[in-house]
Amino acid sequence: MIEITGLCSGYRRRQVLHGIDLSVPDGSVLTILGPNGCGKSTLLKSMLGFVPLSAGEVSLNGLSVAHASPRQIAQTAAYLPQQRSAGDLLVGQLVLHGRFPYLHYPRTYRTEDREIARQAMEEMGIAALADTPLRELSGGMRQKAHIAMALAQQTPIIVMDEPTTFLDVGQQVKFGRMVQKLAQGGKTVVLVLHDVLAALTISNKIAVISEGQLLCCKTPSQILSSQVLEHLYGVKISAVETASGTCYYYQAQEEMK
Amino acid sequence: MRNAEKKRGWLVPLGLVLFLGSGLLSLCVGSLDFSPVRLMALFLGKEDGAAASILWYSRLPRTLACLLAGAALSVSGAVLQSVLSNKLASPGIIGVNAGAGLGVTLCCAAGALSGWAVSGGAFLGSLAAMLIVAFFCGWVSASKTTVILTGVALNSLLNAASEAVTVLDPDVAALNTEFRVGGFSAVTYSRLLPAGALILFSLLVLLTLSSQLDVLALGDETARGLGLAVGRCRMLFLMLAALLAGAAVSFAGLLGFVGLIVPHFVRLLTGSASRRLLTLCILWGGAFVALCDLAARKLFLPFEMPVGILMAVLGGPVFVLLLVKTKGGHRHD
Repeated sequence: MIEITGLCSGYRRRQVLHGIDLSVPDGSVLTILGPNGCGKSTLLKSMLGFVPLSAGEVSLNGLSVAHASPRQIAQTAAYLPQQRSAGDLLVGQLVLHGRFPYLHYPRTYRTEDREIARQAMEEMGIAALADTPLRELSGGMRQKAHIAMALAQQTPIIVMDEPTTFLDVGQQVKFGRMVQKLAQGGKTVVLVLHDVLAALTISNKIAVISEGQLLCCKTPSQILSSQVLEHLYGVKISAVETASGTCYYYQAQEEMK
Repeated sequence: MRNAEKKRGWLVPLGLVLFLGSGLLSLCVGSLDFSPVRLMALFLGKEDGAAASILWYSRLPRTLACLLAGAALSVSGAVLQSVLSNKLASPGIIGVNAGAGLGVTLCCAAGALSGWAVSGGAFLGSLAAMLIVAFFCGWVSASKTTVILTGVALNSLLNAASEAVTVLDPDVAALNTEFRVGGFSAVTYSRLLPAGALILFSLLVLLTLSSQLDVLALGDETARGLGLAVGRCRMLFLMLAALLAGAAVSFAGLLGFVGLIVPHFVRLLTGSASRRLLTLCILWGGAFVALCDLAARKLFLPFEMPVGILMAVLGGPVFVLLLVKTKGGHRHD
């Protein structure tokens, strides 16, 4: 459960977020949408205590972020940033680092950590790549390795910033299913996505942000009927029922005139 | 994963053999050669006279200095490369050695020619240089090439400051040419022992922090997400790298390129996992400098070349190769 109340934060003297209130229940997927530069990534970083709050409060499963240590936060929420370094590490070594928050000085990985990392790789279908250097992988496979690292972190909350950027269409669909499976397993997932259609498909709730302010936080069908996305992006989004569920598509508003 | 760790498991034993073998060679070979049997007799005190004096007051401190300086500068380079996410970083290139050199020069100008004061001065100088580069580059969000160029500029500035002090204060004549290019012909216990203690301390601490170094190398945001206190940790690593480089410079002079060549070569062989990387840098770095020093002693007889000149001849082309390779990979850097 994530509770955000009156969150204000920013960088140096520039305030980016103004009084955000959000609540994300356990076992659900919340996607944050909004135009470039509106503060989506800053909201994720503020939630996790990377950007200090100038006002407001964030609680992650009852843990007050303002008063928690980086280690306590990392045991509660796993974070996949937008920019990730490929490095010279092997896939297995990267995934094993997901266990880092649980180790004490001198932070030597234990047998149980290796087992949890192996399970996470199996879950992501990359167990065979454990000995492969990350730099030799495609963007999509590298992404999977980072997600496996987040799974190895075994946190009740997973936060991902634009996780589908390097994935092809097939991989994006698989990613959506995986996110829903994680939520069904009881994890709380918060995503920042640029792909509005994917957000409508996989999310339980969507938070729309513009210029650092929360415009609304509703279910996909409520978002669709509120037409907030049309105003924000200048496109008409429609839903069509198919045998495999609701599918979404968009048209540019000029095309419709 | 375990398989990968076992792969090339021979690198550490080979490094150990090279480290001990080069040390033994460095003890045995010189203007007066000793056989291993005679060396043992000298160590056991079964022989006195000139040979014993050569061993105890020249050959032994020199050998220890080579091994310690090689290990310290290689590990310092490997740490800097991980912390600054820049394969071109090394203490000789980004001005850290030059900072230590200025520290030693100022200590000599103040009348302290050996002991803890010189090691301390070298450490403060190297730390100051490292912090200037790290904070300036963080402040302006510098690209990888800018980090290196800032270091090169600082290097020139600090070397010029050292030269100025040397010209203005005749007492600093103790710092001869060999100090400026790096060499071991005048190493004394009074400089080596305090610096050696600092080096051993820093190496031990770093070996216990290898997981933190790995996580830091994943990038600031990923490291924060894994619960690492990034700012504090980076500062600690920069201080330890400065301590290693400063301590090495205090007795070896401005020895360049070791911190670039050895970590890069070891990374090619074993990847970036820090515990193995640092262990191999200690062993291979020490052996590399000891063998280079041996070559510098024997190749140009009856003259002895400061080992720093040989290092520069080897290191210059490697640096250019790395620069071309890095630019090739990041054309817009």
